[in-house]
Amino acid sequence: MTMIFGVPLAVFMGQLMLGLINGAFYALLSLGLAVIFGLLKIINFAHGAMYMLGAFTTLLGMNYLGINYWAALIITPLIVGLFGMLIERVLLRRIAHLDHLYGLLLTFGLALIFEGTLVNFFGVSGARYPTPEALQGGFKLGFMFLPTYRAWVLGAALVVCLFTWYMIERTRLGAYLRAGTENPALMQAFGVNVPLLITLTYGFGVALAAFAGVLAAPLYPVSPTMGSNLLIVVFAVVVIGGMGSIIGAVLTGLGMGLIEGLTKVYYPEAASTVIFVVMILVLLIRPAGLFGKEA
Amino acid sequence: MMANSQTLTPSMKRQRRAGMRRYALYALLIGVGLVAPFVAYPVFLMKVLCFALFACAFNLLLGYAGLLSFGHAAFLSTGGYVTGYLLSSYPGITPELGILAGTLAGLVLGGVFGVLSIRRQGIYFAMVTLALAQLMFFVYVQAPFTGGEDGLHGVPRGDLFGVISLNSNLSMYYFVFAVFLIGFAVIQRAVHSPFGQVLKAIRENEPRAVSLGYNVDAYKLVAFIISAGLAALAGSTKTIVFQLASLTDASWHMSGEVILMTLLGGVGTLFGPALGAGLVVSLQHLLSQSPLGNWVSVVLGIIFVVCVLAFRSGIVGEINKMVRKNFK
Repeated sequence: MTMIFGVPLAVFMGQLMLGLINGAFYALLSLGLAVIFGLLKIINFAHGAMYMLGAFTTLLGMNYLGINYWAALIITPLIVGLFGMLIERVLLRRIAHLDHLYGLLLTFGLALIFEGTLVNFFGVSGARYPTPEALQGGFKLGFMFLPTYRAWVLGAALVVCLFTWYMIERTRLGAYLRAGTENPALMQAFGVNVPLLITLTYGFGVALAAFAGVLAAPLYPVSPTMGSNLLIVVFAVVVIGGMGSIIGAVLTGLGMGLIEGLTKVYYPEAASTVIFVVMILVLLIRPAGLFGKEA
Repeated sequence: MMANSQTLTPSMKRQRRAGMRRYALYALLIGVGLVAPFVAYPVFLMKVLCFALFACAFNLLLGYAGLLSFGHAAFLSTGGYVTGYLLSSYPGITPELGILAGTLAGLVLGGVFGVLSIRRQGIYFAMVTLALAQLMFFVYVQAPFTGGEDGLHGVPRGDLFGVISLNSNLSMYYFVFAVFLIGFAVIQRAVHSPFGQVLKAIRENEPRAVSLGYNVDAYKLVAFIISAGLAALAGSTKTIVFQLASLTDASWHMSGEVILMTLLGGVGTLFGPALGAGLVVSLQHLLSQSPLGNWVSVVLGIIFVVCVLAFRSGIVGEINKMVRKNFK
């Protein structure tokens, strides 16, 4: 059997694959955070809760309304995205003129409310969501076994990231968004409806989190606390990468997932902490983050 | 101080009167604190005092230096674990030495966290502190001396200075009250010193403070270390009171709770955080005994949202505003 530094190749590649999957989730979530931060200048602490709501909407949609996985891929981000827009219109807009730390605190409160409410109805143990039939099974690649669903998650996440990049960098709406990030007052003066743009942006960022939630539903137990622990890791990823660029957010997310996977192979005790350690190193060597611009 | 009262300007007189009023208020509150254990349940009061000190320590950073730390649970739990471990493993150690060791550990950890986190500002600062605290959480889950998921139980209260037994709740209470007063005095002195003035200047306008020649990072770091040390002091004391140290104190929920206490009571006021801590602890206590026991985090979340939307000065902040409006 082929060995890599004393670990069987199949195990090594399997862990690398798991790491890459985690990295795809980091990428999707940090991308949404970065998009929201760009225009609203707040860090959305409810992002993990939105990811969790995405998974729950998918689960409950199937259990009570018979909505299958493929429909959920579209419907869930729409529902959660609309919900996000409602939150922006009713709550976040009221504090937009204040110190942006208040946005962090408000969304933290929202996260507590959503999480606490669902814990009361569904407990913390979590429910299983079946893998859709078309994505069951896997490929034998000779050196490892690749489950179809994992390949799909990785592919879908990358396509969505690419789509987001295209939208922001290559379309007119994206140009508005970038201009709004630079100078919203001037945009407003040019007749662009900035408040609407902000609402849409928040909705879009939240929808990305919900999409990640749909992808996660068949992989991980669907539980009310699935989002908050993930979110803190994503915060570390955001600090490492900086929120300056989309490509940066995606690359950092995937990279951190890989590092985590590798740590699981060679030093499993540190797997839960390695990303934070990388964050410390980055803060020491390059405080602005790998792709960050601000000092 | 010794000046003839005829040479005082009206504004000096007003200041002197305000100072007198403040000291009268301190005396009144200390009096209340001394009588309190005969009126209310001492263990509950001790819990309030520990969290009040924790919130006041946190407020030194947020209210006076303008730094929102989302990782203060790390210091509370570090103080608790160090004190708990020492007192359970080495019976010769007296409680005050255990608390001293816990506080020192908090100061050291605060130095490390501070050096790392003040390299970033604003929202990044909050995220860095949160991530560092989560790192400590995972360390404490695995470390051999914390008891992992179970935590440390049956930490002996021991004899203060090897003489006074703390096993009675009443003597324990007066010890905790003394610790709180010491911690509060440190904060009061720090805030009303030139050091505190510079901190406020940094909060209001950091580039200006830099251009005036202040070493802003050094001031922030010192504030961070004091705040961390006092938070650890609160954690150490709490461990001795309840005779346990657990992961609850290390989780990010705890970092969020201390923010809520401070926000509810009044950010940047001396008494606000203590009042907020009292209210939040009482609320948790009341809810846990009612049918709504499972809804604590939802209720806290709602208070969070309401505070941020409509009540940003907090209770003491609002009272200060009213006083200023009516007595000027």
